[in-house]
Amino acid sequence: MLSKLKNYKFWFVFTPYFWLVAFFFIPLAIILKISFSVSEWGMPPYKDILEINNSGDFILNITSGNYAFIFSDFFYLKSYLNSLSLAFTSTLICLIIGYPIAFYVAKSKPKIRNLLLILLIIPFWTSFLLRVYAWKVLLQGNGILNLMLIKLGFISEPLSLLYNHYAVILGVVYTYLPFMILPLYGYLVKFDLRLIDAANDLGSRKINTFFKVILPLSLPGIIAGCMLVFIPVVGEFVIPELLGGSDKLYFGKIIWDEFFVNRDWPVASALAMSGILFLIVPIVIFQMSYSKYNFKNE
Amino acid sequence: MKDSFLYIENVSKSFDDVKALDNVSLAINKSELFSLLGSSGCGKSTLLRIIAGFEKPDSGKIFLDGEDITDLPAYKRPLNIMFQSYALFPHLNVSNNIAFGLKEDRLDKKEIENRTSEIINLLELNGLEKRKIDEISGGQQQRVALARCLVKKPKLLLLDEPLAALDKKLRIQTQFELVNLQYKLGITFIIVTHDQEEAMSLSDRMAIMQEGSILQIGNPVEVYEKPNNEYIAKFIGTANIINIQKHQTKNNFFLSSELGIEIESSENKLSSKCLIRPEKINITKSTMDKKINQENSCKGIVKEVAYLGSYTKYLIQSKSYQFYVFQTNNFISENLNIKWDDVVDCSWNKEAIFLL
Amino acid sequence: MNKSFLKYTLLGIGFSFLYFPIFALIIYSFNESKRVMVWKGFSLKWYGELFKNEQILESFYISLKIASMSATFATILGVMAGYSLARISKIPFRPFFIFISTAPLVMPEIILGLSLLLFFISSNNLFGLPSSKGQLTVLISHMTFSVAFVAVIIQARLFGFNKSIEEAAQDLGAVPNSVIWKVTLPVILPSIISGWLLAFTLSLDDLVVASFTTGPGANTLPIVVFSKVRLGLSPEVNALSAVIMLVIVSIAVGYYIKIRNKSDVN
Repeated sequence: MLSKLKNYKFWFVFTPYFWLVAFFFIPLAIILKISFSVSEWGMPPYKDILEINNSGDFILNITSGNYAFIFSDFFYLKSYLNSLSLAFTSTLICLIIGYPIAFYVAKSKPKIRNLLLILLIIPFWTSFLLRVYAWKVLLQGNGILNLMLIKLGFISEPLSLLYNHYAVILGVVYTYLPFMILPLYGYLVKFDLRLIDAANDLGSRKINTFFKVILPLSLPGIIAGCMLVFIPVVGEFVIPELLGGSDKLYFGKIIWDEFFVNRDWPVASALAMSGILFLIVPIVIFQMSYSKYNFKNE
Repeated sequence: MKDSFLYIENVSKSFDDVKALDNVSLAINKSELFSLLGSSGCGKSTLLRIIAGFEKPDSGKIFLDGEDITDLPAYKRPLNIMFQSYALFPHLNVSNNIAFGLKEDRLDKKEIENRTSEIINLLELNGLEKRKIDEISGGQQQRVALARCLVKKPKLLLLDEPLAALDKKLRIQTQFELVNLQYKLGITFIIVTHDQEEAMSLSDRMAIMQEGSILQIGNPVEVYEKPNNEYIAKFIGTANIINIQKHQTKNNFFLSSELGIEIESSENKLSSKCLIRPEKINITKSTMDKKINQENSCKGIVKEVAYLGSYTKYLIQSKSYQFYVFQTNNFISENLNIKWDDVVDCSWNKEAIFLL
Repeated sequence: MNKSFLKYTLLGIGFSFLYFPIFALIIYSFNESKRVMVWKGFSLKWYGELFKNEQILESFYISLKIASMSATFATILGVMAGYSLARISKIPFRPFFIFISTAPLVMPEIILGLSLLLFFISSNNLFGLPSSKGQLTVLISHMTFSVAFVAVIIQARLFGFNKSIEEAAQDLGAVPNSVIWKVTLPVILPSIISGWLLAFTLSLDDLVVASFTTGPGANTLPIVVFSKVRLGLSPEVNALSAVIMLVIVSIAVGYYIKIRNKSDVN
């Protein structure tokens, strides 16, 4: 098989192949390995899976204890559920806000469309961290939102808008919205707007047209957008850290703390592995819809 | 056969168990304009891609000018292909598109320039040299694609649906230009097309393909007048196919139960079907006194009339059989006043009957 | 009328949501007061502070260095991967290759960062390489996830363009290597450039993976900014946001004018 590949093809395939195996796949395998190791004090803070003791015998230090630990402690499970519900809620909100925007941008005349598209992409190129920080500034007790609400007479005392899970949802929706809009736009711009006219012409009511024609045709875009928001948000660390409070703990933060604060590598690895395990279904959906889309294009 | 200019010997090709070409053999002469004709999926494009070297045949061989080129990669074959999409390089301008192949052959600069400007003159592309591909019209793109191939002086030029992307008027004009060019340069052309009119008007000879096999090879007259079977008869032009039975006693005579008449043919052959082309039937408005009671003629009722300018199409029903008649509008006949539901007398010569 | 009113209202609300926080941040960057939220008058003071802050300036330099190297190498690898995915069918364990070249797109950063850190530590224990964590380990990590993004862009572009252009080049006598250099790569050049830009921003923007894989002398800009804003607000960061915004908007405006002129020509 290898000899059949011509010279350049060999390098084209195997340079990135080797790179990704070395720096993506093997690291995941190492996490898997460490997640089954026994933790101990020292550096690194776990026992090697295979050890040779003084008398020359092999000792296998394998434990499923880390997994048992995280699944028995409701603390971890709850943080995971918090992350899932955060991801679910914010994906839904992104979809509700993003769909009409993507739809109207795609339906605009080409000249306006290019302008709107650039306006959509600018925040995407702006630093993610700074966009989250912007909300931290806005939501302060003496921040602009509170000031406006007081001036307008809605409230007399500043609300504590920051450091709760609503602020986290807001931050996630704000930063991830472009990830929802851009794939949606990519699908909506391609499909023939005459289909809408055709459906209307055939007597379909507007609502019907939307649910029976437009929505099914943009479904791949919806799936791609939702997955691009949902999956990374499950592991999101920065937004809860900056905008969140102590009311809810999230999965990303727990891994971070387990690793950097508790220095329990095996448990952190087990958490990461179980995270991947839970994410496998959405990842597979993403890859399938993605490859189906490319196959169609072929 | 092997001394033909291009010889395709027992070539077969399958894609995932679907047979695209089934043991195809074909011999093409030097300087011939040859068409591969068939509906989509008949294998004509696969055959073209095998000749060009983009696909390897599962079995069989290809000889060009006496040389076995079966295992030669596409870039070493002394032939060129013009793609249906033209496949012009979007990042190069017109003259660089044309010079691309010469540069790949590492010819010296002077010669590249000379040959490029020569072909630009020949195809009347002057003034467009510096334009990008998306800045010229479809017809100009077609000529650039042609120039890009011809500048390499190929032994053989393959053209995949060369006119399909042009509008109708341009297509007819280009057809003639293509024939003239081929005549002038003497290069062997193989044209793949699904358009039977295009194949008829362009080719010296053509092959009609269906389901991976060649059904018939011949010049346009042979293929039209003497098709090998009913499929070809119907595929090329309009065909009236009549079911017939051999007459028991009279030689060269057949009976048609559908028409209820005797049909005389110039051949004597056992056959259950015959072909009669619509333009070979004469019709006249029936007069009551004239009784038709002889072979090769019948009475019918006009079911449809379509006036097409140079000729008129009629659909005639006689007994249970419906057939087409095309009549030239040359004002010698008085057919112009034949209307719907008129009764007409139809007749034809025995030479018009071709036994399938 | 009614319909376009709805359209522009929705677009208006959507775009104000996207831009309001950014503009607020820019306005506050001109605030004299050290307490970010209390307006004390217009001042360019924090811009002065920003350009005197060596920690920020150095981390900015490090970030630029890592981002441009990561983008360049990731683009090379990503073009190779994208080409392989789109054009080469005989790849050993092809589904596995597809998996490892697309999974980094959706893998949560925290898992990516953790796995790479543990990998570097294990590799250091086994082979003594890398000798310490620093700019090199951050670079390798950034390249790894960027490759996947570039590969996706290139692959999509290659699926989008007619394969017969490459066949035509071959037919005209170009050997396979020459087809790649003279036809395929020039045709997909715009996608290669956007791939580079995406990889560059991904690296410049990354906090989580860098936090895991960084070491002495490799504090990137996001790491420094994060440490400044984690517990409070920082007027210098406001000024930094405004500067970054200015750069990006001017690039975007330049780009918009360019494509508008181009569409006018056609």
